[in-house]
Amino acid sequence: MSRLPLLSLLVFAPWVGAFLVAIWRRATPAASRLLALGFSLSTLALSLALLPSFDPARTAPQFAERHVWIAPLNVHYHLGLDGLSLVLVLLTGFVAPAALLASWRLERSVRLFGALFLLLQGSALGVFLALDFFHWFIFWELSLVPAFFLIKLWGGPGAARAAYQFFIYTIGGSAFLLAGFAALFAATGTFDFLQLARLGADGDLAARLGGPGAWWPTAVFLGVLLGLAVKVPLWPFHTWLPPAYAEAPTGVSMFLTGVLSKMGVYGFLRLLWPIFPAQLHAAAPALLLLALGGVVFGAWAALRQADLKRLVAYSSINHLSYCLLALFAVSAATARSAPAADAALAALNGTLLQLFNHGLSAAALFCCVGVLEARSAGRRGLDDFGGVRRPAPLFAGLCGLALFSSLGLPGLNGFVGEFLIFRGVFGLAPAAAAVACLGLLATAIFLLTFWQRVFHGPTHDATAGFRDLNAVEVATLAPSIVLMFVLGVYPRLLVDLFNPLVSHWAGHLILP
Amino acid sequence: MSLPVQQLWLIPALPLAAAALGAVVSRQQRALAAGAAIAAMALAFLLSLGTLLTALADPAAHFAHNFAWFQLGDAPLRLGWLLDPLTALMCVMVTFVGLLIFIFSTGYMHEDADFKQFFCFLSLFAAAMLGLVVANSLLLLFICWELVGLASYLLIGFWFHKPSAAAAAKKAFITTRIGDLGLLLGMIWLYDATGSLLFFDDGRGVLEQGVLESLVAQTTVGGLAVSTAIGLLIFCGAVGKSGQFPLHVWLPDAMEGPTPVSALIHAATMVAAGVFLVARVYPLMAVDQGLATAPLHALSVIAVTGAITALLGAVIAVGQFDIKRVLAFSTVSQLGYMMLALGVGSWVAAIFHLLTHAFFKALLFLGAGSVIHAAHHEQDIRALGGLRAPLRVTFVTFAIGMMALAGVPFLFSGFWSKEAILHAAHALDGSGALRNLGTAGQLPFYAGLAAVVLTAFYMTRLVAETFFGPPRSEAAAHAHESPRSMTVPLLCLAVCAILLGFLGTPWWPWLQSTLDPAFRSAPGGAGLMITSILLVAVGLGAGWAVYARPPRSRAAAGDPLENPAPRVFRALSHRLGFDELYAATVGRWQSAAAALADALDRHLWDGCIRFLARFGEFTGLVTRETDEGILNDGFNATSESLRTGGRTYSRAQTGDAHGYLRMIGLGFVLLVLAVLMGGRL
Repeated sequence: MSRLPLLSLLVFAPWVGAFLVAIWRRATPAASRLLALGFSLSTLALSLALLPSFDPARTAPQFAERHVWIAPLNVHYHLGLDGLSLVLVLLTGFVAPAALLASWRLERSVRLFGALFLLLQGSALGVFLALDFFHWFIFWELSLVPAFFLIKLWGGPGAARAAYQFFIYTIGGSAFLLAGFAALFAATGTFDFLQLARLGADGDLAARLGGPGAWWPTAVFLGVLLGLAVKVPLWPFHTWLPPAYAEAPTGVSMFLTGVLSKMGVYGFLRLLWPIFPAQLHAAAPALLLLALGGVVFGAWAALRQADLKRLVAYSSINHLSYCLLALFAVSAATARSAPAADAALAALNGTLLQLFNHGLSAAALFCCVGVLEARSAGRRGLDDFGGVRRPAPLFAGLCGLALFSSLGLPGLNGFVGEFLIFRGVFGLAPAAAAVACLGLLATAIFLLTFWQRVFHGPTHDATAGFRDLNAVEVATLAPSIVLMFVLGVYPRLLVDLFNPLVSHWAGHLILP
Repeated sequence: MSLPVQQLWLIPALPLAAAALGAVVSRQQRALAAGAAIAAMALAFLLSLGTLLTALADPAAHFAHNFAWFQLGDAPLRLGWLLDPLTALMCVMVTFVGLLIFIFSTGYMHEDADFKQFFCFLSLFAAAMLGLVVANSLLLLFICWELVGLASYLLIGFWFHKPSAAAAAKKAFITTRIGDLGLLLGMIWLYDATGSLLFFDDGRGVLEQGVLESLVAQTTVGGLAVSTAIGLLIFCGAVGKSGQFPLHVWLPDAMEGPTPVSALIHAATMVAAGVFLVARVYPLMAVDQGLATAPLHALSVIAVTGAITALLGAVIAVGQFDIKRVLAFSTVSQLGYMMLALGVGSWVAAIFHLLTHAFFKALLFLGAGSVIHAAHHEQDIRALGGLRAPLRVTFVTFAIGMMALAGVPFLFSGFWSKEAILHAAHALDGSGALRNLGTAGQLPFYAGLAAVVLTAFYMTRLVAETFFGPPRSEAAAHAHESPRSMTVPLLCLAVCAILLGFLGTPWWPWLQSTLDPAFRSAPGGAGLMITSILLVAVGLGAGWAVYARPPRSRAAAGDPLENPAPRVFRALSHRLGFDELYAATVGRWQSAAAALADALDRHLWDGCIRFLARFGEFTGLVTRETDEGILNDGFNATSESLRTGGRTYSRAQTGDAHGYLRMIGLGFVLLVLAVLMGGRL
């Protein structure tokens, strides 16, 4: 198994697909779609294929591929997969084909859409698997380009502006990230995440980053932080997100929220936390407040949205802020006592679960809004519908499940992650957990409002002829819904993949 | 036939399987869906009887079976089942009452297009409630607790095309969720403090002596014992689910659901869950009684909340005209009694009343359903009347339920369980904290006594208006008795509403001593019993005098109580304005918060970004002007200065890579901002 460069295959299969879709000019739209879907499915197939030989107990990256790339700069082509990467690769595997299926009805430039989408998918996978900053950053930035065009060319009326803002804002953040890593490279001579993390853990990094003054390591840290904070986004760097998600076409919204929004949190876990543990520890109390702002203000702002896609977008801000809340609570903790370690363990396990769960449920919700748009000539206002449950009971049921998964109903996947996050945060920062409850309440209110306004009440003229889901739409939603049940009842399926890794983190990264 | 604890999961699993089946079969397969639901419930009832036998063999034991849900670090997160008399009795009650309600529903919902879905949701409701009852882990209990909330949401909003039903369902879910967040916090605090959420675990469970002692030994904010704080947070959950003041507002609106749902919510599931929860974690609630100096005891808060709720519900019930709303507020009031019993330290009396109430309240609601069914969905008691003769079975059984609820002595079960509560509230044996307060500690007891009169009064009013006098509408005039599928459950429940009381009389307190082997029936108390019998008589007499002599003649006539005190009565009809109060406070705060968050985004944060963009635009402009105006024109001058400047700048070429990279980074940022942002945003 180890002979085959599985991880490279994972990353580049979608790109090969993109190339083939792009050059096969005489393909009918249907053939292009099928080809794109086939290559998109490669991620799921490959990740399931390597699952049996993945050993969760080993915390170091597995299936590693390391080759010298640019010798003078000490740049290596270095891929590796640990529990964290695996979860996100699996998530990409589930969300990407669903997102393509949700775009099945797009008629305009089908080939270009498929090619750009596969480029995007490959870039995201590259981010989750690269262990050397050099090509990690290339993937990170490359993901913006197809996303930009996908939003701009296939999006709604405000798409051009939203795409610009999305692109400039995130690339502006990334510039600081790049500058920060340039400084790191200048001080250490390496781009390798594992080596940098080792230096960071020993405290050598700050010493080597002597530079112009004692503030320099902090400045470098802040640069990297800013780049990641915009990407997640951390409140209040989030204003690009609602318009971008709202204006993107359905499938792209699904992929943006399902996969791309995880890149930022992944960066926090892979880059910022291991490399700058001391700086993050110092900044964590303030960051905790910002994450709390995202939890509470994100949910409150969602209460106010009349556009269903903006509503779901704000719920994404809220849900991802739980992940950051947990991470910051862990890094703010000072005591290495046994209860704190238990709490940190729960919080981090919850974070990883939440990443996966949010990807599933938010993508499913965007898909549902897309179904509404497809049947109402593009309308998606909170008050544009009503009584849809009568003509479309199956759609109402599946959308309801996605909503309840998103609001953290026990028995579905969302609850387990949120419970663990709350349990962990409470153990480390009780007041933050108590305040975050406001977010839970507001989430329940706006998601139920969504369901009530769209599906309940009398059926009126606009919704009387509403068709229930067709086969493609069922195929888009059903796998996610099934997974929601499975992971809600049997979370060990996922937790077992990363629990040893998270235990390792919790044991090593809490400052004495 | 006895059922070991390892197989206890079968009891909730059976209705759950029926719910799953109901979800996948087609709409036309009505008989299959209903049959599966009823069969599953019947089987679960038999199994529950089996567990009761097991539990009765050793009433003092808590049989637990724990298992790992998933691994968290090196330690598993465990869940489990628990079998003791409390669980077994609750299982028997839920399955039996549930079964009768299911059978009743086949008649009541016969014409509904979503018949099969109704049984799917009913089964889910029962499964969640049974799961909650058999849980040996607060986490598993919480999971089922939330599923109970989901099922009630689906059922209250079952007629979702009615906007009022959809709104009531949402209100129920959100209001109970407010309480649930307290429960969630209490649960994670308990988990954090003890490292376990199992109730019983060979001495390490959170309800066992060692853990309780460590919890009560620590203090937290305000000098509260940690056990008190956790107990109160958990109690918040019970306040929401069991419709206690101040979160009682959802319960009357829950009437929007079909009547069998109301019966299920008010009797066997949902509202019973809160009382059950407090009874289940009673050792945790009571452990702070030993602290003489504590500023607050969990039980005292529970007692006061219960007393307020008991009185409040009874008062509001007097002013309601909807047959189901009167019953709904009576439920609020009776749940208050149960909480009162828990708070004064007699959890066995609370469970006794929970069980008797489940039967007679299911009876009353199904009776009301039979009336509504017969009277073509007329629910206003002013428009009913004269149904005594046409609805003979319904009338007799409803009257039995009414007398049980009013506490008519000796023959009816409600009398015995209410007596048990009043005695406990008077004696305060289980709550030293309240007893130390002297007269003030007796206030909950007096509130309970006052509610006795009111209960007898409003129930007499309800029966007199519904069944006596002339029929006051077309619908009431042409009412016919309901089919057998509806009357047989009524008869079964009526029998139970009588017999069940004899399991807990002061002379043979079988139920009490089974639940709590340490139970000793309090001596004396004959005087109190006579007092409460007199109070019931006063309430019945007053109700009869006001509402049956003479009975109402027209639907439009005012209420006899309306003339002497119109404003008071109107306030009662409007439920004392709690909904309006909440809309004006919490509702308004919430929209203000939402508006604030939205405005922050649109103006402040986005404004910052726009400012940055303008800044970039400005820089671009300056650069261009500089290029064209200064650089080109002053090229010669510049090149001259470059020669001199070069010498100066060469000192800056330090060869320090840091410095270069810094400048590259800065330059890159400015470049990006200037080139890409300028003029675009």
